[in-house]
Amino acid sequence: MQPTNDVVLDRVRTDPQFKELVERRSSLGWILSVIMLVIYFGFILMIAYDKDLLARSLSGGATTIGIPIGLGVILSAFALTAIYVWRANSVFDDLTHRIVERAKQ
Amino acid sequence: MIHTTFRHARTAFLAAALPAVLTTTAALADTAQVEGKADVNMSAIVMFLIFVLATLGITKWAASRTKSAADFYAAGGGITGFQNGLAIAGDYMSAASFLGISGLVFANGYDGLIYSVGFLVGWPIILFLIAERLRNLGKFTFADVAAFRLDPTPIRLLSALGTLVVVSLYLIAQMVGAGQLIQLLFGLEYWHAVVIVGALMIIYVAFGGMVATTWVQIIKACLLLGGATFMAIMVLAHFGFSPEAMFQKAVELHPKTVADGKAGANPSAIMGPGTFVTDPISAISLGLALMFGTAGLPHILMRFFTVADAKAARKSVLYATGFIGYFYILTFVIGFGAITFLLQNPEFFKPGVTAAANGSYLPADMLGGNNMSAVHLSKAVGGDLFYGFISAVAFATILAVVSGLTLSGASAVSHDLYASVIAKGKASEETEVRISKLSALVIGVIAVCLGILFEKINVAFMVGLAFAVAASCNFPVLLMSTLWKGTTTLGAFVGGLLGLITATVMLVLSPGVWEAALGHPKGSALFQISNPALFSMSIAFGGIWLVSLLDRSARAAKDRAGYEAQFIRSETGIGATGAVAH
Repeated sequence: MQPTNDVVLDRVRTDPQFKELVERRSSLGWILSVIMLVIYFGFILMIAYDKDLLARSLSGGATTIGIPIGLGVILSAFALTAIYVWRANSVFDDLTHRIVERAKQ
Repeated sequence: MIHTTFRHARTAFLAAALPAVLTTTAALADTAQVEGKADVNMSAIVMFLIFVLATLGITKWAASRTKSAADFYAAGGGITGFQNGLAIAGDYMSAASFLGISGLVFANGYDGLIYSVGFLVGWPIILFLIAERLRNLGKFTFADVAAFRLDPTPIRLLSALGTLVVVSLYLIAQMVGAGQLIQLLFGLEYWHAVVIVGALMIIYVAFGGMVATTWVQIIKACLLLGGATFMAIMVLAHFGFSPEAMFQKAVELHPKTVADGKAGANPSAIMGPGTFVTDPISAISLGLALMFGTAGLPHILMRFFTVADAKAARKSVLYATGFIGYFYILTFVIGFGAITFLLQNPEFFKPGVTAAANGSYLPADMLGGNNMSAVHLSKAVGGDLFYGFISAVAFATILAVVSGLTLSGASAVSHDLYASVIAKGKASEETEVRISKLSALVIGVIAVCLGILFEKINVAFMVGLAFAVAASCNFPVLLMSTLWKGTTTLGAFVGGLLGLITATVMLVLSPGVWEAALGHPKGSALFQISNPALFSMSIAFGGIWLVSLLDRSARAAKDRAGYEAQFIRSETGIGATGAVAH
């Protein structure tokens, strides 16, 4: 017979691996969020405080330092997203699957 | 029982769609006769009609598949991560960001990039903090999640209010933009354009629900990305794929960099940050609104219920971030392409304006304003046929965005206000969907009327206000109810409402609205700051925290006790609404 929903929830709650899953996944989420915030607000504050730095020529030509930095912020957003999805969709989802299956038995 | 209703719906669909197509054609033909050949863009009209017929065909097919409330609101949860990523991109990349950002780059250079970066960085935050919890806890609207363990009546009232405020501001801004743009591109009357947009979006949403809306958004995203890619490649190919060569040419031609007739006298004027970001407080406040506003847009949040599980929800964000980031890089190239291809060509500037000594015109003197630079560039790199294509894509872009907004507003009325608050969960699925379709019609008609009414008003601030309200009401309520155990009904309600009120009042009393839009004297605005997010978000989060902490009611104890079960479900997906097999 299938255990009731309350029983399943209670088993998950007491599963030590559930605690591990939550800690690992949420710490990754928060770390990546903080990195994104630092990159973006670093960029914004650099513009607010030191416009000339970004307007300096990269290597003597018309391209300025601001161009790779701006593109870098865009690429970093994608890269951070990719890191999270890669970890969550493999390691964390496997762990979740094991915890849920165990609780439903 | 439900099936018969929907069979009727199909007949009704034909009855509504046919006149809409006929009116479109008649209106287009009408203008063709009145305005003469000069202003009417025939290739654009033909391509747009093909798009309209194709999407109406899809709507008819979608209507036949829309059988339950889950089909109507969430496409039965049967959209894949990749499709949803494209649809999110189609929902988010508005005509304003395509034409507006490339126009900003054309006129100011680097500043345009700062804006697009702000619109992108909200996506990782949505993924890390919201997307999977939203998918695991909710069913059709983000209010499902906020009201999961809190008292549904006040929380759904607040969420519906937040949704309707954001949706109406965004919708009016899109409608006015659409009317003006289509007037320019197709040579149509302003009100014809607004009525056509309104009629088509009502048909997509009321008959095809989320399935049709999703496919309209996917097709539009492909067309827009394809068209923008072609333009960027044509521009770069001209410079042997050397961005440096393109930047050099731009510095040589742009009026902002030329001083005393000497080209390149101040290259940093367009190659570095200009006047867009001034003091740090304004900069941070705007940054917060752009970043967290994205995470509180109801029509975007709603898209996460169309996929099967948390895994697909995460993939959606990855694809969406990739497409949107790529698109913003393209608009940057397109803006510089417009500088290098158009600035010295009198064909694209108002008759009678004179060029500077080096042969360049001022961006502001462009035909239709500098927001038209991407459209003019399409003509310069691809001829009349491609110009027609890009014009049709701009029209399609508007339709996809307004459809998503209308569906989201209609869902807030039927699912949150009607089914939960008024009928207390006792409404039948059939009635709920019928109310939703009716709401789509009402919202559409109101949007058309307001769009026509606001024709002459500067509505640029409305998108900013929509983002500020989303960041200060929807986002804090959603985040705090899912992540903080202590959040109570009273706390979420008071904090969210304070955020909404603060954002609105501060924005109305800011220079952009009080002085620029309402015409009061310069310097008379009470708050000399362009975006209120820094203050209104702090008030919302602080309010939720403080009121929840002091809340000693019986309901508060129940709210706190409900957190654990919610938390386990939000982390594991146990009991989450799954995909419906077709």
